[in-house]
Amino acid sequence: MIRIAIVGFGTVGQGFAEVLMQKKGEIEKKIGKFSVVAVCDSRGSLIDENGVDLKKALDEKSKGHLSGKTAIDVIESVDFDCLVEVTTTDVYTGEPGLTHIKKALKSGRDVITSNKGPLIKSYFELMNIAERNGVKLMYEATVGGAMPIIKMAKNDLAGSEIIFIKGVLNGTCNYILSRMEQEKMTYLQVLSEAQELRIAEADPSYDVEGIDSAGKLVILASSLMGMEARFEDVEVTGITNVTPEAFEMAGSKNYTIRLIAEANKERKLLRVSPRLVPTYHPLAIRGTMNAVMIRTDLAGDVVVMGRGAGKYETASAILSDLIELYKTGSKA
Amino acid sequence: MPVISIVVELQDKPGQLLKALEPISKGGGNILSIIHKRDKMTPLKRVPVEISFYVKKQESALGIIESLKREGLSVKSFNEIRLLATTTVMIIGHIVKTDLSDTINRIDSTGFAEVVDMEITMPEVNKPSTAIITISATGNKKLEEALGLLKDVCRDKNLLMIEPVNEEIS
Repeated sequence: MIRIAIVGFGTVGQGFAEVLMQKKGEIEKKIGKFSVVAVCDSRGSLIDENGVDLKKALDEKSKGHLSGKTAIDVIESVDFDCLVEVTTTDVYTGEPGLTHIKKALKSGRDVITSNKGPLIKSYFELMNIAERNGVKLMYEATVGGAMPIIKMAKNDLAGSEIIFIKGVLNGTCNYILSRMEQEKMTYLQVLSEAQELRIAEADPSYDVEGIDSAGKLVILASSLMGMEARFEDVEVTGITNVTPEAFEMAGSKNYTIRLIAEANKERKLLRVSPRLVPTYHPLAIRGTMNAVMIRTDLAGDVVVMGRGAGKYETASAILSDLIELYKTGSKA
Repeated sequence: MPVISIVVELQDKPGQLLKALEPISKGGGNILSIIHKRDKMTPLKRVPVEISFYVKKQESALGIIESLKREGLSVKSFNEIRLLATTTVMIIGHIVKTDLSDTINRIDSTGFAEVVDMEITMPEVNKPSTAIITISATGNKKLEEALGLLKDVCRDKNLLMIEPVNEEIS
């Protein structure tokens, strides 16, 4: 029996809980019996060593915050095997996720997270703690949502060295730029449209200034390229100054403009900036999609594309980590 | 004796070809052929003309190129050290106010790279303008160096520089 504690019960945590209910049978075929023994939000928790009723947890959450033990108390006192850490990202401090993940790893629990903050802040430290304690830290959901990138690069491209990574890692920016391109609208016009559609936040700076992309780039560079990348080392330029005329002029030379995150180990380059992308280039994608192009020494160029955000998309990445961790035969 | 082949862009009016030929013969070049490429007319209505000539030494060809440039002619390529690598970059901001000709000069004065084409849009006074620039250089490394230089200039002048993502050069 795999006992799971879900810490963080916002969109991602709730999406994951729903998916666990919907796909219980199929998941158990792959990993055996599991149950969620604790669900925590920022205020409280629901704990049941025989399995929390997830439907009840979702109902209760819809009425307001949970009450009872805090996340830290749960991690310290409840008996579980796997922490699903899905609290909100803070790219600067990594908290509260960083503390949650360290505590869980140090006490011998596997961790699956969608929270970028802890990995941006302390990737190598966390991986060391996990290794010393004989447990795993999985983080597919931190970059590119449903787009399979971390495990794809680690497993399927194992043995090839990555020379560079370039990607469209923020769906909000890509939506804004592709709308500006198609409709000849100004940045501010498209932004308000995106806010109405809830593609952009009320305070869009985290996305449009390139901060979110920079955080994801740090995770890719550290985990797939072994670069000692720090968030402060990323050269970041956002999309707020891109003019509508720019698309027409770029178009006349068969280019479009996209926010591209780029990591190149040999050049020690970590950069997020608007770039001219040839219209035939695989990164010239439209809408909220994400895409990553990886150049390797043996496999040449590999491109993946997929939905970068969303409740079930992110849940799918967490679920794939869960199955990878516990699929029958992979772990005692 | 090396055969040198250059392409110069000439204005489409009488007397222009002579401006190109004089420095060649003065510099010791022996003209072999002249081909007008009217089908490749540039957006600024210049006609690329390919001129092939003999020189005794490679070095005298360099002198000829220099004197052509002094005549104000744009030499697009030169067979040995021709401008091989070309890229497009975009610049957004107060491009004109921050001395556009200085920005271009910083590239042209390198000796290994030059701005070969530029288009600028200024929607309103005091609003940021957008420019798309084509830069050529003697090779990929030099082109990167030129882009690095332009990047520094843009940083100093608070302009947004949008570089291409072409795998060949970055």
